[in-house]
Amino acid sequence: MKYILVGVPLLAAWFVIYKSLAAFSKFFTYKLLGLPAGSHLAHSIEFFIYDTPKVLMLLTLVVFGVGIIRSFFTPDRTRRILTGKRESLGNILAALLGIVTPFCTCSAVPLFIGFVTAGIPLGVTFSFLISAPMVNEIAVVLLYGLFGWKVAGLYLGTGLLIAMIAGWTIGRFHMEGHLEEWVYQIQSGEAGYEEPEKSWADRIEYATDAVRDIVGRVWIYVVLGIAVGAAIHGYVPEGFMASIMGKDAWWSVPAAVLIGIPMYSNAAGIIPVVQALLGKGAALGTVLAFMMSVIALSLPEAIILRKVLKPTLIAAFFGVVGFGILIVGYLFNVLI
Amino acid sequence: MQIKVLGPGCRKCHETEKIVKEAVAEAGSDATVEYITDIAEIARQGVFTTPAVVVDGTVKSVGKVPSKAEVKAWLGK
Repeated sequence: MKYILVGVPLLAAWFVIYKSLAAFSKFFTYKLLGLPAGSHLAHSIEFFIYDTPKVLMLLTLVVFGVGIIRSFFTPDRTRRILTGKRESLGNILAALLGIVTPFCTCSAVPLFIGFVTAGIPLGVTFSFLISAPMVNEIAVVLLYGLFGWKVAGLYLGTGLLIAMIAGWTIGRFHMEGHLEEWVYQIQSGEAGYEEPEKSWADRIEYATDAVRDIVGRVWIYVVLGIAVGAAIHGYVPEGFMASIMGKDAWWSVPAAVLIGIPMYSNAAGIIPVVQALLGKGAALGTVLAFMMSVIALSLPEAIILRKVLKPTLIAAFFGVVGFGILIVGYLFNVLI
Repeated sequence: MQIKVLGPGCRKCHETEKIVKEAVAEAGSDATVEYITDIAEIARQGVFTTPAVVVDGTVKSVGKVPSKAEVKAWLGK
């Protein structure tokens, strides 16, 4: 009850500030700085002053909300839900649970072992491992804030589909023999840790910690990303990207995926840049493919997973996911 | 008393190690603190979210940085 009393006014204040950001950025740029309307610098500054607080505010709100949801899902619980599920259903559930289960790349290996030794099929485990980093709240918030709900929805939907289908496909390869042998010698799980039941105070503390941790870590990338985006927004001529990342450049989609793999930026840094490119004539499919590749396929993750997966399986993982992203890229370039 | 901090080397894992060590020192406990990065060893403990803290073979916390007060409670001081 006391949380509602505090929460409602906070939320209302949040909303009022959020709604007045556009007016404030105009006031700041044209009245306070007195920049002439229509100049490059004014465009860039207005964009920066509007987008930075907007994205950070959205991020704070959503990370808190997702934190509350996540306090209900532990990896252990997810594992129990997935244990004993048939493959197709398992792939769908695993991809969905990937959104709400707290996950960090550094825990990928223990989690992988925990899943596999519990008898969860390899393909289902991969559905989870693909979905958890790719379909994350930071990406969806930024996409919503900068592109609107349609693009955010498309990203969410196609990201989930890729996770489900790629995981299922990997399952069809029957590559269980391509795990490092020691994985099967581990008898994990008996030490089983029962998490104490959380109270609402615990959940709110958990979510506040998540805000402090994620926003504290990511804000600098958001600011840098928006600054680069603002520069592109103000100074790069309209249609400049059309020849390189436009619809007619068929090779741009595979190129975007390949360039994205070694780039290890989080969603927070890459999305504002990508938004600015889109405004200059880059095609949506190409841009989505680039973003997914940067976020979902990363070299550090491959190196971490190498401890449990043999190279052939890592190659299959990257190949199948990369192929899925490619299809998404082409699909959007054709449809939109 | 033997305390193991499990974590493959992420930022939160190091933070956990630091907090546990500080708590042990402040409590004047003679517990030994070991930092384990070996993935196989971590998995063997039945833990799959890191950082995790194991006290005398019992898993006390997973997936978060514990507070000093929590650690001291585990020490029984």
